[in-house]
Amino acid sequence: MMSDLSSVTNAKADDNDFSNVGRAPWWRRGFFASQTAYVATALVVIMVVMSLLSPAFLSSGNLANVAKNFSFVGIVTLGVTLVIVTGGIDLSVGSTMALSAIICAIVMQAVNGTVLDSIPLAGMLLSLGAGLGVALLIGLANGFLIARVGLSPFVTTLGMLSIVRGLAYAVTEGRGQAPTGPDVDLFYAITDGNLGGIPVAIIYLLVLAVIVGVVLHHTAFGRHIFALGGNERAAALTGIAVERVKVAVYVLCALSAGFAGILMVGWLGSAPANLATGYELTIIAAAVIGGANLTGGVGGPAGAVIGALLIEVIRNGLVLAGINAYWQIVLVGCIIILAVLVDRLRTMRMTP
Amino acid sequence: MSLLILENVGKEFGAIRALSQVNLTIRPGEVVGLMGDNGAGKSTLVKIIAGNFPPSHGRILFEDREVHFARPIDARSVGIEVVYQHLALADNLTASANVFLGRELKRRVGPFAFLDHAAMNRRTAELFRELKSETRPDDLVRAMSGGQRQAVAIARTRLAKAKLILMDEPTAAISVRQVAEVLDLIHRLKDAGIAVILISHRMPDVFSVCERVVVMRRGVKVADKPIGDSSPEEVTALITGAKEAA
Repeated sequence: MMSDLSSVTNAKADDNDFSNVGRAPWWRRGFFASQTAYVATALVVIMVVMSLLSPAFLSSGNLANVAKNFSFVGIVTLGVTLVIVTGGIDLSVGSTMALSAIICAIVMQAVNGTVLDSIPLAGMLLSLGAGLGVALLIGLANGFLIARVGLSPFVTTLGMLSIVRGLAYAVTEGRGQAPTGPDVDLFYAITDGNLGGIPVAIIYLLVLAVIVGVVLHHTAFGRHIFALGGNERAAALTGIAVERVKVAVYVLCALSAGFAGILMVGWLGSAPANLATGYELTIIAAAVIGGANLTGGVGGPAGAVIGALLIEVIRNGLVLAGINAYWQIVLVGCIIILAVLVDRLRTMRMTP
Repeated sequence: MSLLILENVGKEFGAIRALSQVNLTIRPGEVVGLMGDNGAGKSTLVKIIAGNFPPSHGRILFEDREVHFARPIDARSVGIEVVYQHLALADNLTASANVFLGRELKRRVGPFAFLDHAAMNRRTAELFRELKSETRPDDLVRAMSGGQRQAVAIARTRLAKAKLILMDEPTAAISVRQVAEVLDLIHRLKDAGIAVILISHRMPDVFSVCERVVVMRRGVKVADKPIGDSSPEEVTALITGAKEAA
């Protein structure tokens, strides 16, 4: 194998190497050359520094807190990353989290005391299904308007953000909805419990991240998602079902939001109408910090997880350092710009 | 046997007559240059053959059977492929991903179908070797030269077992060395028995690879003759209208 661009004259080195085409060394291509890789490095450095500065950072209580906080955002970031890779955007995820959570809690209250109580798990499964069903409908609406009608993803999902948030306030009249019923303990266990001392939320996140990774890189559907973001016209010319792929990513994104919203009900013990307000921006920021490119074609689950974790670790660090919460918002903004700025400088240097 | 026959093909867009009474025959393995000024009807003709829209008059025969193309996929299914000027490649994917885009090779594992990366890379490497192009299957298209991109686009058509390839200005906006590469690719296709219609503005390209030159002017075919019986000067005169027909 060639180790450097300068040794390209050695044509016999490998069957697959050519006399006049150089190949970048391994650390300059693939994962190692990606924004995700250096953001991961930055994350490790920040975590080491923080554990040195504050002994509280590595305490199990604090780590569990960080893990839970970032898992909710991380799960939705996985979904939004799929949309961003196709070259789209979904601003309605925060509202979707709230409405799914509220519908789940309301259905649980409504079936409490009915005949369903006598059938084990029926009430809980029905309420989980209702919560995710609402998310599915929101995703279908987004997908239909964007893929079929051809509206801009930004405007469509901005409208949906408002519609869904409004519905969340309308159906609750602003009051928080608490889950109840015979299975409520089980509900708390699967949404806010621990498995072997690890919060279930982070287990969901990691399992979903692995699934998203396999789907993106090892299935035709995943490849078509990338193709759409790379060159939509080309994708259509090769016969890819562009509309179907687009609808699918908006549906998956909405479902990830609905799922995370339901997890948050377990965490908070209630579904308030203002749940996850403003989360869409944190979620998109996490995707972008992790290396997803808003122009499409680039992004992945590792970036989504790392981006979400980086934001939460920094926020947590500032809390531990006793810095005013308002400054945290400023800093997250700086990190978003810094992450894309470093990537820009790096690619400028690498382009001959 | 003729591969493609157009009989009295015409096309009108409203009151505008883009193409009238075009007769054209392409034999298997033949490389034909299609020339003409902007608006001469070249693209309309190519789009009819590629199935982008049907002709208003006349009929099309492919392998001696009359065909009606409603969509590009219909033309593709009989063996007509187009290599677009802007190549229609996804820059963020590898060469082999582009070659197999929309017809990926898969391995079934239980109820799931996963991409067979190794098989696709192997097949793509074979196609590049046939085309004598120094292109790696697992390199990103973004990092490729114009000639390599052409090779990727042409490898796609080879995978589809095309019998007729329409190439739209393949040598526009690439370097001199890459032009030579692309012309080599066209020779390679001819060797494999594939007919090529080369749409080009560049006289030297047409005269170096084509056996026949067809000239269009104002929607009418004004010349169709063996390249040996013509000259760049004559073709220029036909394109501009200085010479009426030949």
